[in-house]
Amino acid sequence: MDQQLWTYLFVGLTFGLYIAIALWARAGSTKDFYVAGHDIHPALNGMATAADWMSAASFLSMAGLIAFLGYGGSVYLMGWTGGYVLLALLLAPFLREFGKFTVPDFVGDRYYSKAARVIAVICALMVSFTYIAGQMKGVGVAFSSFLGVPFNWGIFIGGFIVFFYAVLGGMKGITYTQVAQYVVLIFAYTVPAIFISLIVTSNPIPQLGFIGNMAGSEVSMLDKLNTVVTDLGFTEYTSTTKSKIDVFCITAALMFGTAGLPHVIIRFFTVKSAKAARKSAGWALMFIALLYTVAPAVGAFARMNFIDTVNEATYITDGENYEERAAAILADGGKPVPEWYKDWEKTNLLSYEDLNGDGKMQYRGPNAPDGLKNEVVPNRDIFVLANPQIANLPAWVIGLVVAGGLAAALSTAAGLLMVISSAISHDLLKRTFYPNMSEKGELRAARLSAFGAVIAAAFIGAFASSLPFVAQVVAFAFGIAAASLFPIIVLGIFWKRMNKEGAIASMGVGLITTVSYISYFKFMGGTEAGWWFGVSPEGIGFVFMWVALAVGILTALVTPAPPSAIQQLVEDIRIPGQRGAIHE
Amino acid sequence: MAATSESKKAYWRAALRLTLGLLLIWFLVSYGAGILFREFLDQFSIGGAPLGFWFAQQGAIYAFLVLIVIYCIGMSALEKKYGIEG
Repeated sequence: MDQQLWTYLFVGLTFGLYIAIALWARAGSTKDFYVAGHDIHPALNGMATAADWMSAASFLSMAGLIAFLGYGGSVYLMGWTGGYVLLALLLAPFLREFGKFTVPDFVGDRYYSKAARVIAVICALMVSFTYIAGQMKGVGVAFSSFLGVPFNWGIFIGGFIVFFYAVLGGMKGITYTQVAQYVVLIFAYTVPAIFISLIVTSNPIPQLGFIGNMAGSEVSMLDKLNTVVTDLGFTEYTSTTKSKIDVFCITAALMFGTAGLPHVIIRFFTVKSAKAARKSAGWALMFIALLYTVAPAVGAFARMNFIDTVNEATYITDGENYEERAAAILADGGKPVPEWYKDWEKTNLLSYEDLNGDGKMQYRGPNAPDGLKNEVVPNRDIFVLANPQIANLPAWVIGLVVAGGLAAALSTAAGLLMVISSAISHDLLKRTFYPNMSEKGELRAARLSAFGAVIAAAFIGAFASSLPFVAQVVAFAFGIAAASLFPIIVLGIFWKRMNKEGAIASMGVGLITTVSYISYFKFMGGTEAGWWFGVSPEGIGFVFMWVALAVGILTALVTPAPPSAIQQLVEDIRIPGQRGAIHE
Repeated sequence: MAATSESKKAYWRAALRLTLGLLLIWFLVSYGAGILFREFLDQFSIGGAPLGFWFAQQGAIYAFLVLIVIYCIGMSALEKKYGIEG
């Protein structure tokens, strides 16, 4: 059976599973629809959170990014896991004790203000639409590269699947499909990782291979990698050329951004109590760490393997018979271009140009000691995708990896969709404009807005390549979440004196400064020389978070204290079990 | 035993102390070991990896997980001590 058939089989099977779960887990009430009835087990929610959190980018691109950036890639590893400590300690248990449905819900109630609620809705929608477009684009790419389905059709099929379980089951349907998607994606990620670890280091556990020696040698893998990359003119693998302050700020923006992302926060509303929310954050991080501690190992192995097999290999053109030519090159004592390279070349994820006309493939960094120019340009996604073939695994493993990548994209898209639809049906319609809407009416509105959001997301995904902000997901989504949502949520819990005026000022300042800075340096010709304090747009959210925090506190201090009922509310959410009775 | 308002206050103060202590460690293992003091730590190694680099790509993540586990255990203990029914 060939690779494409296997891919069809795995994608078909997993999609069938998601639809079956959707039919089984239908939502009967708004409570089911928004928060899965508040009774998901902490470990199951942890698994769903992990799938919700790990996007197409985590699954496909992260290992490759780390392979190219070396130590510089650490910002993603620490940034996208450290936020869970903040969630567990500062946010999740208290927001769960508060016991409502959405993030703007907390902001609106805690700051007794429709204006604050609407600004929070705007922040949540900006973050979620940026983020979801990237997921839909990922789905389109997966379909067009592996199933021979046109890009827009791929988005349409993916959108249809998400629509099915999100609209029917709301949070309840999403939760159970995310659990299934986690299992698919973690299996698809670790199987090839184990084999490539065996090949490079002869240790089956990637995390141990990472700090171990090269297979059949006494040289440590990372030492060897450092030597190999510096010989080719790249920066030492375990080092970086980025400034320390920028590494610090990017890591921090990602961490605080993670903790402020609405689609992550709402997952903790689905468990039974504040105590369960704490535990669930631990489970979530454990399931995430299973992938995130493997990714840097995969990155290092893949870089090593890539250099080993591709650099200085003799290229074989498409016109030649690969097998005959490769055998001839081997017989001459040469190194033919590997078969996987030829296969993946068709996807345009790899390109080669014979600049010096010697028929060999020179892979070089910017400061190559031999003065040769680089001729091979690999795309960062190639490492995860081609891993099974590089590791000589059977064809079905590739099908599994594609199904895993789709699982990662769809699970994240569903979580984001939930934020978008609940922000519209609950926060805008029910809580702001039509307070008299019935439970049934709200449920219908929630399904309708989920439907509308799928269509909008599919369109944004389809036009993603012409929308510049889609490629800047990291800068925008995390920056906005860190600078506008995180400060007021934390102040709302830990500082009783924080009031409506402070919250509105803080969100407004955080949102405007961050969006302006990123837009200026990403799209309006700002250059690196103009960065404030040497902080890149990816890291600026952390700087403006402190500005927003300061503005919020100062404004609150010069305006009246919040009403006593609100101060009582804050005391109540700090103590587990105080508000449980109100919302059972 | 139902929690009195005194015991609730004491519980919250103790919870804040625990939270701040854990956040300090959180800062040290990631920003400290993985970024600010990386060059210094890189002169040591764990297996075949420079220590600072290892913290940035592996150690910090394990530490985060341990921190959340400690927090869960610690908070449950505080709730028991002060008679809070979570």
